[in-house]
Amino acid sequence: MNRPSLAWKLYIAAFYVFLFAPLLIVAIFAFNASPFPSPPWRGFTLEWFTGSGAAFGKPGVLTDPVWLSSIGNSFKVAIPVALLAVLVGTVNAWVLERAEFRGKTFLAMMMLWPLVIPGVVLGISILAFFSRLANGLEDWLQTDLDFLRPGLSLVILGQLSFILTISTLIIAARLRKFDRSLEEAAFDLGASRTRVLRTVTLPFLRPSLIGAGLVALLMSFENFNTTLMLVGSDAPLPITMYGQMREGATPAINAVSLLLMLGVGGIASVFALTAKAER
Amino acid sequence: MMQKPAQRLTLFLLLAPAILWLGLLIVLPHVEILVLSFSERVAPRVYAFGFRNYLEFFTEPLYWRTFARTAFMSILVTALTLVLAFPIALYIARVAQGRVKAMLLLLCLLPFWVSELVRTLGWMMLLRETGVVSYILRAVGAADQPVELLYNDGAVILGLVYGGLLFMIVPLANALESLEPAVVEAGFDLGGSRWTVLRRIVIPHAMPGIVAGCIIVFMLTVGNFATPVLLGGKNGLWFTEQIYAQFITRFNWPQGAAFGMLLLLLSSAIVWLGLRLTGQSLGTTLKQA
Repeated sequence: MNRPSLAWKLYIAAFYVFLFAPLLIVAIFAFNASPFPSPPWRGFTLEWFTGSGAAFGKPGVLTDPVWLSSIGNSFKVAIPVALLAVLVGTVNAWVLERAEFRGKTFLAMMMLWPLVIPGVVLGISILAFFSRLANGLEDWLQTDLDFLRPGLSLVILGQLSFILTISTLIIAARLRKFDRSLEEAAFDLGASRTRVLRTVTLPFLRPSLIGAGLVALLMSFENFNTTLMLVGSDAPLPITMYGQMREGATPAINAVSLLLMLGVGGIASVFALTAKAER
Repeated sequence: MMQKPAQRLTLFLLLAPAILWLGLLIVLPHVEILVLSFSERVAPRVYAFGFRNYLEFFTEPLYWRTFARTAFMSILVTALTLVLAFPIALYIARVAQGRVKAMLLLLCLLPFWVSELVRTLGWMMLLRETGVVSYILRAVGAADQPVELLYNDGAVILGLVYGGLLFMIVPLANALESLEPAVVEAGFDLGGSRWTVLRRIVIPHAMPGIVAGCIIVFMLTVGNFATPVLLGGKNGLWFTEQIYAQFITRFNWPQGAAFGMLLLLLSSAIVWLGLRLTGQSLGTTLKQA
């Protein structure tokens, strides 16, 4: 089994070509000087990134308000999601690893549950439940509660519903490895509970907090299924991309995709580095 | 054991976020769509309990056929993904060493950090009538007019398999990693052929990884929306699309809720069946991945 046959090696090579072909095509055609994202190659241009629309009638990503606002919307969702995921994830990890109470196994299982629910179903259930909640509360309070209606705030809640599971798992895995005698030593030396938390426990958890935050950021940026059911008029990036792909887009969509790949690559390498520091 | 009130309060405060999360974002919303799915409109703005939404599903061929098609194609995609991924995982886990190994695994991970929509865009640009493959076929003279490779079942399956590969390779490679080389050697020494060793030793050992990978790929495939819709076009016919249509386009929420419950049922049933057949628990399975 240690001498791979030629056929096996060729298969591996073909597999990696297959894996990267679509991404390479997307990246290459971001620089094609043509109004359509398709061959033939008509020369190199940066028009689809920075162009004002003078050359092809359609602007590049960085000057197009549609793309810019959807990138902005994605950040408006991803940043709160990442912060809340780390905060709540830490508390949840604490509950799972440190607290003792009846029904803990059940709670731990419930926390895994969101991972086996299809994203579309998560989306519609949250949409339906919050609409009912909004209807009830609006009748009662006699005010408009727009944040419970489809829109960015609902997208944040929808994404949190399953991203919290991931962040909890990441942070709990780190907390499990913590040597509690370190905390005891600090207590013996007279440190208060908050001081121990701040100077001993949290610094130990830091790589996993950063890691969980970055993973949450990425998952939020890329989530499509749940987001699709909960968006209002402000579309985050994946929703705008989906719309453009159905209608037929300009190579500006390739430029957005390339920027996304670079951003994701950057975040992923930071994550890989923090993961390495953790070992 | 009696606990001090202060401790109980701390525990309660620590539990509060988890309970709010699971209660408000998971449990109550699912109760809501369960209730919604059993309500039918009896007059404008008046709803009553009833099974009409589920009856509608069984009597309208488009609905149950799309459902059956989604289930069948998802199983096919899962099987294809497993067959395609196995040699790769075996190579990564058993043959590749040191740097090459880390490199191969990293290269597998990279495309999956990128948005599903970017990957789908890549396949659209390759496969469509004005796309790269069609262009190359014409350039080398294999075709004399543009070839449309998009908007058929093949394209949908290709896109879904592509999207599932990583989630198969990682659990498989993890499971194969722990296989003792001595056991494989022993199999050969006892006169087993390559095929026999693979079938009697390697595959049984990888079973936990195979189950984990299959379950994850199946769940992701059944619940996928963008890939079948974009690569299949009108011929995509995926069940998630029906849910979307009922909820967003037609604004028939009770019907959409019933569809959602059915999708959840299908997804959970297959996961449960897979775990049952191989006697594994969900926790350990998710850990494999």
